Amino acid sequence: MSSSVSAAAKASAAFAHKKELAAAAPAPTQHRAGSGRRSKPCRVRAVASPARAPRAPASTGSVKTAMTMTEKILARASERAGLEPGENVWVDVDVLMTHDVCGPGTIGIFKKEFGEDAKVWDREKVVIIPDHYIFTNDERANRNVDILRDFCMEQNIKYFYDIKDLSNFKANPDYKGVCHVALAQEGHCRPGEVLLGTDSHTCNAGAFGQFATGIGNTDAGFVLGTGKALLKVPPTIRFVLDGEMPPYLLAKDLILQIIGEISVSGATYKSMEFVGSTIESLNMEERMTLCNMVVEAGGKNGVVPADETTFKYLEGKTSVDYEPVYSDAQARFFSDYRFDVSKLEPVVAKPHSPDNRALARECKDVKIDRVYIGSCTGGKTEDFLAAAKVFLASGKKVKVPTFLVPATQKVWMDLYSLPVPGSGGKTCSQIFEEAGCDTPASPSCGACLGGPRDTYARMNEPMVCVSTTNRNFPGRMGHKEGQIYLASPYTAAASALTGYVTDPRDFLM
Amino acid sequence: MAAAPTAAATVASTAVLAPRPAPTSAFLRRTQATSHRHPILKCRRAGTLTPAAAAGGSSPSSAVFHGEVFVVGDNIDTDQIIPAEHLTLVPSKPDEYRKLGSFAFAGLPTAAYPTPFVDPGEESTRYAVIVGGANFGCGSSREHAPVALGAAGARAVVAESYARIFFRNSVATGEVYPLELHDAGAWKECKTGDVVTVDLGNSVLINHTSGKEYKLKPIGDAGPVIEAGGIFAYARKTGMIASKAAA
Ligand code: SF4
Repeated sequence: MSSSVSAAAKASAAFAHKKELAAAAPAPTQHRAGSGRRSKPCRVRAVASPARAPRAPASTGSVKTAMTMTEKILARASERAGLEPGENVWVDVDVLMTHDVCGPGTIGIFKKEFGEDAKVWDREKVVIIPDHYIFTNDERANRNVDILRDFCMEQNIKYFYDIKDLSNFKANPDYKGVCHVALAQEGHCRPGEVLLGTDSHTCNAGAFGQFATGIGNTDAGFVLGTGKALLKVPPTIRFVLDGEMPPYLLAKDLILQIIGEISVSGATYKSMEFVGSTIESLNMEERMTLCNMVVEAGGKNGVVPADETTFKYLEGKTSVDYEPVYSDAQARFFSDYRFDVSKLEPVVAKPHSPDNRALARECKDVKIDRVYIGSCTGGKTEDFLAAAKVFLASGKKVKVPTFLVPATQKVWMDLYSLPVPGSGGKTCSQIFEEAGCDTPASPSCGACLGGPRDTYARMNEPMVCVSTTNRNFPGRMGHKEGQIYLASPYTAAASALTGYVTDPRDFLM
Repeated sequence: MAAAPTAAATVASTAVLAPRPAPTSAFLRRTQATSHRHPILKCRRAGTLTPAAAAGGSSPSSAVFHGEVFVVGDNIDTDQIIPAEHLTLVPSKPDEYRKLGSFAFAGLPTAAYPTPFVDPGEESTRYAVIVGGANFGCGSSREHAPVALGAAGARAVVAESYARIFFRNSVATGEVYPLELHDAGAWKECKTGDVVTVDLGNSVLINHTSGKEYKLKPIGDAGPVIEAGGIFAYARKTGMIASKAAA
């Protein structure tokens, strides 16, 4: 988008772009993976030390092709010794996820192509998560969840996060909410694996050092029957983010910065690998925010190398053995981008494109009608903790309606139980109430994508909204003429307090 | 694609490849494909993506699409192609499939696009071909997007470039032919309502109204899948899954 050129010029100065087909110089975290496939989870010890183990080809007995992480994952999944970008390979899928919007169509294709009596390839590898159009009276939307349920019963699907009682989500212990966050919380995201989902933000799971991407119903129908998918190996763009993260920045600022830099098609057909000291310092939810939005740059997938943070998060969540992989020191990257994160400022994406970047403070005269905090990108526990931090720091009330939609039931519980650091034991929900926000809603995709007319917080009129979601296309949250400013939870909360797009430093410093 | 198309025979065994019903308006389209295929299924699926020529093996597609063109700009995302409120429609159900067609491009801002793609009250469009700018189909993975365009009766999209998932879904479903322009800018020179011909054999888009011609890029990697008629047909053809009859 041309507008991103002028905007945030200062921020761009902190950024150096080296476009070259370089042999990788800095191997961020080079680990020796365990020898056998799917062996014990590899316990990596020295994450911080750049162990660049010399790897003479002779030492392994065979000449190895240097590969990026994404290439390696796909090589394993297709049982190939080496792969090059551009090759098309059939890969074995570890997990297939679908939801209420694309599941019924996927099931329809599966039945048509494989027969009414066909069985899915593996009942334990299919994860079905109703999350999009749940709390609505729309009959077809309700029917679609019924279709999922019937199919899961018939196929004895192991992981189906059902909801039957729409009047009270808490009466549905199995119900989770937004699929990408549920996948992570329920332990379905594991390093080194291939996860496909009928949702473009499936790339979210790349935060775990796995290959994860969105596919359509037809491809998903194929996977349901065979467990295989035909994938083209993407070249990898590497983003090196170094420097200490300033206390007013969140991962959302980083990814909006990157998308603004490379545009909404800057990574089309490509993998985006995030490395560097800043990335290593991010918690899992922040890494998810980063990977969640690679599709907004056209990316096929995003990856963050797995490390202690990853392994810690996974403890107790999965009993499946996994094996992380890492880019080789000599791997070839399509291009390298470098950021000094310590010099970046809070940014927003102005309507109507995620790459329409501007500094938050440049938009301080933009009057807003509402704030929305929710979705897979911006509705996780850490996102709400961040918003609460701003409200707490200001001690004031919001000036515009502020809608809170926790991504999952677990997030909702966290809002009502976790003490916010520095608050003297208050929970997020208490702080939100004191600030005059709307009561946290039932967990689901909510108004992130508009949805049926009666969806909570849907923009049914042309309004201006600051949102922690991931897309600001025309009509995305409902009304075609609605204007959406994408922002971090810090910036969203700060904007709620003033009624204008606001740099969170106004409250946090 | 790693494997070049080998056997040609299996195409015939896949009844799923039958085309949609005859076009409503005689003017709209004529493809070699439609004239050769058996109209078995009521609606749906890969019909025209399997030009008759494909039965001959590896020869590239020689389909011709002719009709009026609908022109859109850069970065047309899937919310504009099919707004989320209509995603409750399930594409694999025939009546809902047709309904999806009636909502094709319903998300385009009316100010910028005063002419609707599908007239109010209609299920199909008069435009056989869509011309677009860069990054067509960006956004969500909703297969409803290519399906809506195909269900409305569009046969081909000619854009400067595509977002990955839309392109993939077009190929996998066979709903519309996703073609790329060799040079940028055609969408600025074409106007909605111009009469065009897309000639795949000669890789060219001809605008009869303006008298201009535009080169198309070769279909590339997706060729074998498109020629086979979608991902299922391709997988059967290459022996990845059993043929329909045996399944
Ligand atoms: S929260 Fe929004 S972006 Fe995420 S899966 Fe739901 S609709 Fe998609």
